[in-house]
Amino acid sequence: MSTTENKTIAFNRRSFLKTSSLASGGLLIGFNLFQACKPEVVKEAAVDLAKLDYKDFNAFIKIAKNGAVTIFSPNPEIGQGVKTSMPMIIAEELEVPWEMVHVEQGILDTEHYTRQLAGGSQSIRHGWDALRQTGATARQMLVNAAAAQWGVEASECTVKEGVVTNAKGETIGYGDLVEAAAQLEVPEEVTLKEPKDYTIIGTDRVNVDIDEIVTGKPMFGLDYKADGMVYASVLRPPAFGQKLDSFDATEAKAVPGVIDVIRIGEKANALLNQEAKNWTAILSSSDKVVVVAEDTWSAIKGKKALKTTWIDDSPLESTEMQDEKLMGLLNGKTFTNLRKDGDVQKAFAQADKVLERTYESPFLPHNCMEPMNFFANVTADKIHLVGPVQTPEFAAMGVADMLGRDVKEVHLEMTRMGGGFGRRLYGDFVYEAAEISNALKKPVKVVSTREDDMTTGVYRPAIKYRIKASVKDGAITGYHLKEAAINSNMYGLIPNFFPAAAIDNYQVDVANYSSNITTGAWRAPYTNFLAYAEQSFFDELAEMMEVDKIQMRLDLLEKAKGHNDERIQYSPERMQEVIKMAVTKSGWGKQPEGVYQGFVSYYCHNSHVAEVADVQIEDGMPVVKKVTCVVDCGIVVNPLGAKNQVEGGVIDGIGHSMYGDFGFEGGKPTAMNYDRYRLIRMKEVPEVETHFIQNELSPTGLGEPTLPPAGGAVANALKAATGKRIYKQPFMEDPGFWKTAEKPILG
Amino acid sequence: MPTYQLKVNGKETTVEASEDSPVLWVLRDHLDLVGTKFGCGIAQCGACTIHLDGSAVRSCSLTMASVEGKSITTIEGLSEDGSHPVQEAWKEVDVPQCGYCQAGQIMTASAFLEQNPNPSSEEIKTAMHGNICRCASYTRIHKAVAKAAENMG
Repeated sequence: MSTTENKTIAFNRRSFLKTSSLASGGLLIGFNLFQACKPEVVKEAAVDLAKLDYKDFNAFIKIAKNGAVTIFSPNPEIGQGVKTSMPMIIAEELEVPWEMVHVEQGILDTEHYTRQLAGGSQSIRHGWDALRQTGATARQMLVNAAAAQWGVEASECTVKEGVVTNAKGETIGYGDLVEAAAQLEVPEEVTLKEPKDYTIIGTDRVNVDIDEIVTGKPMFGLDYKADGMVYASVLRPPAFGQKLDSFDATEAKAVPGVIDVIRIGEKANALLNQEAKNWTAILSSSDKVVVVAEDTWSAIKGKKALKTTWIDDSPLESTEMQDEKLMGLLNGKTFTNLRKDGDVQKAFAQADKVLERTYESPFLPHNCMEPMNFFANVTADKIHLVGPVQTPEFAAMGVADMLGRDVKEVHLEMTRMGGGFGRRLYGDFVYEAAEISNALKKPVKVVSTREDDMTTGVYRPAIKYRIKASVKDGAITGYHLKEAAINSNMYGLIPNFFPAAAIDNYQVDVANYSSNITTGAWRAPYTNFLAYAEQSFFDELAEMMEVDKIQMRLDLLEKAKGHNDERIQYSPERMQEVIKMAVTKSGWGKQPEGVYQGFVSYYCHNSHVAEVADVQIEDGMPVVKKVTCVVDCGIVVNPLGAKNQVEGGVIDGIGHSMYGDFGFEGGKPTAMNYDRYRLIRMKEVPEVETHFIQNELSPTGLGEPTLPPAGGAVANALKAATGKRIYKQPFMEDPGFWKTAEKPILG
Repeated sequence: MPTYQLKVNGKETTVEASEDSPVLWVLRDHLDLVGTKFGCGIAQCGACTIHLDGSAVRSCSLTMASVEGKSITTIEGLSEDGSHPVQEAWKEVDVPQCGYCQAGQIMTASAFLEQNPNPSSEEIKTAMHGNICRCASYTRIHKAVAKAAENMG
């Protein structure tokens, strides 16, 4: 368990990009957010400070003479709130009033940064130390400048809200110190603030882009425009497994506004042959037809007018065939072992009772509200890319590789993103835009329609879990988790999540088959379904053992304490604390008549969460009325934004586990738009009550951790309300299953 | 391409567009009013909601031929400075996560409150049911609509 370190820390000078006077007046401090990951790339400061172009850095603090502070936020903003919360951490240590801070999105700078991406709920966790050091170092330089001016020791000065005060009570504001501070050495050591002294961290701060959002200012990739820009609509194979044979563009070219129709794919496909670059495997291996037009509508219309023939290149999959293959894997012997403690087979053989259950989930599309799009302008001396992508560095490197150019020629600007959920980790649309612009020699914006977006996705694959556990003399003695998935399996430390360390005989085995359907990360990969399977199983296990469901979890956590296994990162103590608070806050066991509750506790993305769902029967159907969510994510940087993430994660988790259904027939998705694909909407949304554990531990992320438990909490509450246990998502695939519910029993 | 006369955000506007072009793309690509968002193109998500003669409509499914001579208000014209009570409530509640759907949400909510200034909780839910928020900021949308109603009354 890491604690927040408030001690004086040695600062690596090479990681700090020195200071500069700006031509316009002001102090500029460039910093390397992730120096711990990539110190070797950080260069010494430019010698001629006056000539330093602030755009050379992608994240820094700029202080103007009037004391106004600009903080550049380095990581992509996909709705997780980092454009507000990361600068808050810098401002806290810098000691400036938040009202004086203006936040701007930094651009991609592959030279000075690593991990300039949005994924895994890791931005705050990874940025915590570096962001604090950055703010504290700048603050110390300003104090040093004031001390020098007064001829006193810096240690005699105090600083508050952008003003330095000496022992005599004299004051100087940051704006009057910036010129002098810019000439000083970067301090070797800085002292970080104590959490008890925080005035910004831990306070509610409204989204920094709120004014622009509510007035409809251009902020998103789809809003971007450039002089001479044309619009492109891309026709990709209609089925996974098909490739382009030929096309006739005569009618498409006759559509008013259409400028040209071209074929692309050659350059992107060449990348596929480079095995080392497996991140390009998400690109379709087929050529594509591109309609280029003066506006978006003409491009879409032109695409509809294309005549194309496609040929089958590999087997066209169906949901039925996928189900058979996955079930075959679960029943087979081709597993890879990811963790093995003790001997589960022996435990099963010696058990008094054994429980085995199989859980099934469908594919899921991401459905970001802003469809995939990107701007590219490939010219002889520069590759200009603008748009929404969660992995700007990979996209820039990939495009440079594809076009045989140096990555230094790529200038990539990140726009605010209309959702990510994992889809924009895969920059296929960036490659498309770049290949099209390269062919046309024009600036171009590629725009996907909803149908393009939903039918040519990088989906959460269908997955099946089988869990088997044994009970002997009233104790859980064995636990065996098997995963059958498509294209890849659970990764990283997931096999070491709870109940690893809590059960002596414990084993995780995985298997997958390769499909031509593109699959990838979807908000809380694997755990978004695993949590429901596992937590449903625990409830059923407790029912079989005739023990209290909560106590069973607490007892298992008790057993997990004191392990010395570095792979185990969940904290039994922290998990017990969230469980106990959830019991209290939800009124567990004390609910009024007609309210049925389901419980889940879960650890993922370094945060500990417990959720209780309240279900009531209305008109013969179970309805989720409320979810109580308790989270331990360490220090909560921005409670207002954090609650938004918690509520969004819970509702998203409920929506997809209840309604999310996506199948294939003949290689084609069975839904193309929201008329056939159901997302949760206002009337289905429960009340969400959020509580944070108050502590001073280093903060962890919130973009994902509250989503996985939600489906399990609902499934367990549905069981309590109807007596029926569901083993398959989506729960509402057949509403009649619930309508015919037997007389409710208390679970 | 034919020419159309219409009033957009209070200004008489002449625009050249194909008669089957959805108003959404004319606003975004021709009139530089990109606050109105593209979400689905089939009137299922509400991201493209505008006011047509005061009523909330889905601009992705509204052809230019059907709006000749009519008055359109987009998010950019809802107020001069973001001070419409619905916009103020959105700021107060800190509704958005990614923010992409919010212009459509605000346009639906503002037209609804014109019709029903004192809605019940259930009426708010029904009115906002047609607008998808993929980030699921629904509880805050509901709260902001209620707050706007309170502030307007």
